[in-house]
Amino acid sequence: MQFWPMVGGLAKGLGTTTSIFCLTLLFSLPLGLLVALGRMSKFGALRQAMRLYISVMRGTPLMLQLFFFYFGPYYIFNLNLGKLGFWGLDYRFVAVVLGFSLNYAAYFAEIYRAGIESIPVGQREAGKILGFSRAQTFFRIVLPQVVKRILPPVTNEVITLVKDTSLAFALSVMEMFTIAKMEAAAHTTMVPFMVAGLFYYVFNFAVAAAMEWFEKRLDYYA
Amino acid sequence: MSAIPPDEMLVVEAVRKSFGGTQVLRDISFSVRRGEVFGIIGPSGSGKSTLLRCITQLERVSGGKIRVCGETMVSDAPDGTARYAPPAALRRMGLKIGLVFQNFNLFPHFSVLRNLTEAQIHVLKRPKDEATERALGLLKRMGLESKAGAYPCQLSGGQQQRVGIARALALQPEVLCFDEPTSALDPELTGEVLKVIRDLAERKMTMVVVTHEMDFARELADRILFMDGGVVVESGTADEVISRPKHSRTQSFLGRLRR
Ligand SMILES: Nc1ncnc2c1ncn2[C@@H]1O[C@H](COP(=O)(O)OP(=O)(O)OP(=O)(O)O)[C@@H](O)[C@H]1O
Ligand SMILES: [Mg+2]
Repeated sequence: MQFWPMVGGLAKGLGTTTSIFCLTLLFSLPLGLLVALGRMSKFGALRQAMRLYISVMRGTPLMLQLFFFYFGPYYIFNLNLGKLGFWGLDYRFVAVVLGFSLNYAAYFAEIYRAGIESIPVGQREAGKILGFSRAQTFFRIVLPQVVKRILPPVTNEVITLVKDTSLAFALSVMEMFTIAKMEAAAHTTMVPFMVAGLFYYVFNFAVAAAMEWFEKRLDYYA
Repeated sequence: MSAIPPDEMLVVEAVRKSFGGTQVLRDISFSVRRGEVFGIIGPSGSGKSTLLRCITQLERVSGGKIRVCGETMVSDAPDGTARYAPPAALRRMGLKIGLVFQNFNLFPHFSVLRNLTEAQIHVLKRPKDEATERALGLLKRMGLESKAGAYPCQLSGGQQQRVGIARALALQPEVLCFDEPTSALDPELTGEVLKVIRDLAERKMTMVVVTHEMDFARELADRILFMDGGVVVESGTADEVISRPKHSRTQSFLGRLRR
């Protein structure tokens, strides 16, 4: 086995890993907020639906969910999505991002909810007294304070996500772990795993540093 | 409608409020005139905060009538429920009534200045310069001009409450309500807040003040209402109610306060 070509292959996989990571955050962070708001809605049906959603997403294996989104369209609707029409995207990749986004949205929703409920009701009341609409009160007064409070648990989830991206190997998406596994099998060596492990570690080190920087930036008030 | 003199800023008639099965306000009536300081006193649990919360629309009444500056906010519907004015009118009336909270409820993530400008800019749509100018003027009046850039957590309780008052004043309400504005403060800090309220009284700001500070109430309030168990027990001038209370419940309440 040649070392540098192997590292090059892993680095390419790291690109895919990073795409899964970024797209998942892009979709799951806002979606989680919507789910949290639904979970706290005054409409009982919506509340129960979101409760069920969160419970299913958290109560079943993420890998099973990935399989569901990948095979579901074919087994259930007899749809063959092999290659999606737009941007020539591989449906495997789409299924992975879909599965991760929906799964992480459930976890983020519970973090948002805890954060929102931790803001004293007096903040909302002050907003109302000053004439802010409900939306203004939420986005200008409540949410910024929520963001500060939930950064530590969000950091935990984000770090878990970096590692969870390796589950995409189950659908043979060419991300870093899948490639490491193939290289290792082809050359009967542990080295690709060790290099991949190092890459994951550095990735998470950077994530933790970024989150810490963000936390510090919000340190200006108690 | 036209029978109401224009200087009746706030009229409360037979207001009732229940939470579930418990009736907290049974029958409250009073009116506040322009430029008047109206004191509300009463034992703990008598419904004073609930009354202020109904006036400021933080709670909905179960029945009765409230008028703000001649406009009906809520009245009794024929079927016995409370009928509120349409949302736009409620908002308009809400802006005429400010509230200073017992525990300040300042926005911790905003500087003092922004606590005062945010609603001016985003609710009243005032230009930023104008909002800032007004805010700085108010901070100066409160003796807080050096704190414009500070955050609430960096201020003492007395300073925070003065910011709370300035924040309410920034929207130029017609009536300013206070719910025990000094009771969350250390005794040595109450003076600076009472001084600000005294200054507002001199400027003829219409105020409704729930307080446990009897000396302050007697000094400043033009009229006082003593409530207990959700009803008005007695009301009149500060002198009448505090110095020469007629009802035994008022007498025993005041007696307990004097120890
Ligand atoms: N949201 C609520 N749900 C149920 N009961 C309530 C609610 N808010 C107030 N109450 C009850 O209403 C009664 C009056 O409360 P309120 O806070 O208005 O009294 P208060 O006169 O302001 O007392 P204090 O002097 O202690 O501030 C109390 O018995 C209280 O338990
Ligand atoms: Mg109270």
